[in-house]
Amino acid sequence: MSIGINWLKYSSPQAFYPLAGRLIPWFACAAVALMGVGLYMGFFVAPTDFQQGEAYRIIFVHVPAAWMSMFLYVVMAVWAGIGMGLNARLSFMMAQAIAPTGAMFTFLALLTGAMWGKPTWGAWWVWDARLTSELILLFQYAGVMLLRTSIDDVRRADRASAVFALVGVVNVPIIYFSVQWWNTLHQGASVSMATGSKMASTMLTAMLLMTVAFWLYSIAVILARVRCVMIERESLPVWNDDEKPAVIQEVVEAR
Amino acid sequence: MSGSSMWEAVSGIIRRDLLLAMRRRSDAAMSVFFLVIVVSLFPLGVGPEPAVLRIIGPGVLWVAALLACLLSLGRVFTADYLDGVLEQMVLIPQPLALLVGGKVLAHWVISGFPIVLLSPLLGLQFGLSGESLGVLVMSLLLGTPTLSMIGAIGAALVLGVRGSGLLVALLVLPLYVPVLIFGAGAVTSSMAGIGGEANLSLLGACLVLSLFLAPWATAAALRIALE
Repeated sequence: MSIGINWLKYSSPQAFYPLAGRLIPWFACAAVALMGVGLYMGFFVAPTDFQQGEAYRIIFVHVPAAWMSMFLYVVMAVWAGIGMGLNARLSFMMAQAIAPTGAMFTFLALLTGAMWGKPTWGAWWVWDARLTSELILLFQYAGVMLLRTSIDDVRRADRASAVFALVGVVNVPIIYFSVQWWNTLHQGASVSMATGSKMASTMLTAMLLMTVAFWLYSIAVILARVRCVMIERESLPVWNDDEKPAVIQEVVEAR
Repeated sequence: MSGSSMWEAVSGIIRRDLLLAMRRRSDAAMSVFFLVIVVSLFPLGVGPEPAVLRIIGPGVLWVAALLACLLSLGRVFTADYLDGVLEQMVLIPQPLALLVGGKVLAHWVISGFPIVLLSPLLGLQFGLSGESLGVLVMSLLLGTPTLSMIGAIGAALVLGVRGSGLLVALLVLPLYVPVLIFGAGAVTSSMAGIGGEANLSLLGACLVLSLFLAPWATAAALRIALE
């Protein structure tokens, strides 16, 4: 390697486990800091919207959550694809670790969307194209996770849910467009989300800050979860005494 | 490997599956009866108003057809998985995706095509008019093979998994959404006088895409299930 670091070294769980452990605090702290700044800007600095009043402020959580929900699905599918192509254990573990966080963001986007929709549209739920496709994305996350938990053999569970994640990633854009056309064909755009096309620059800054914060949060949580996955799967390896978590200690002592 | 041996293998599989289905005709009849019963339940639940039934008709027929296709998915691979035929299929030199395509085609002839044939009769019960009935048949003719193709991926993924019947529904139903939208949309828009061509073209596009991609995904899923 020209830069002196063998990156492939970290494709093995043994090497990645301590690295992930070292990285988690950095990402977690950065996420908390940015989230604090982003929320402060969103709730106190950004001006009140002249059409929607204060209710619009939920977009500082809603839009980044919706972006992350789609982005994480693609990332999960990429890890699944790498796992299928290179037969790398860590890739499958990453895909497994991403799914719950992605589903959480999808749910968060739906929940905050409903909370925004009630004062703005007058209804908790509207069969809007974006809402519907986000709901179906949640179903697909659920499918990936349920398929994994239904199969006992880890190797088969990895590969089967990888195939499903990849099929889903082809399907998500088709669903998005079909739902959009379905909506326009049926009733025309009775509700449009493009209310605030001219966004104040502080609003945009706050939203971008929140997006980066959610992204860093996702990395921190996914790394923490992938460490749990490794402990679960690798039946108590002794990789590094300093890094050995309390769970392992307890189980080793129990033996 | 010559092209002719490939087609021989595929046509052999189609012939075999059709023959097996003909020997057990009640299996194939079940999904059709299911469709008829589900469709008949809706007027009982919603009320016999012809105007209401005409509005919900396309959606009800399409959802029922989708569920009937879903219920028949268990039969695509399970029997062959249990008696070991599937392992032999994986081992023979012809590409597995092609053989899978043959199996899915046979499955569609057995459980999807009867739905297409029966649909005008069910459409009449919901007061659909002549042209809409034609669009309904066309939409199902283009849509049900897509449903079989997509469903085969799910059926292969859950082979031999506990609770597979419910799991396959959870996996496959979200993937069926575009087909349902275009299919029911074609009939609805033809009833509204816009004509169903746009939706039918999109259904055709879905069919071509699924014919191209689904056999490979299904073959990959089968190899995973059998390894």
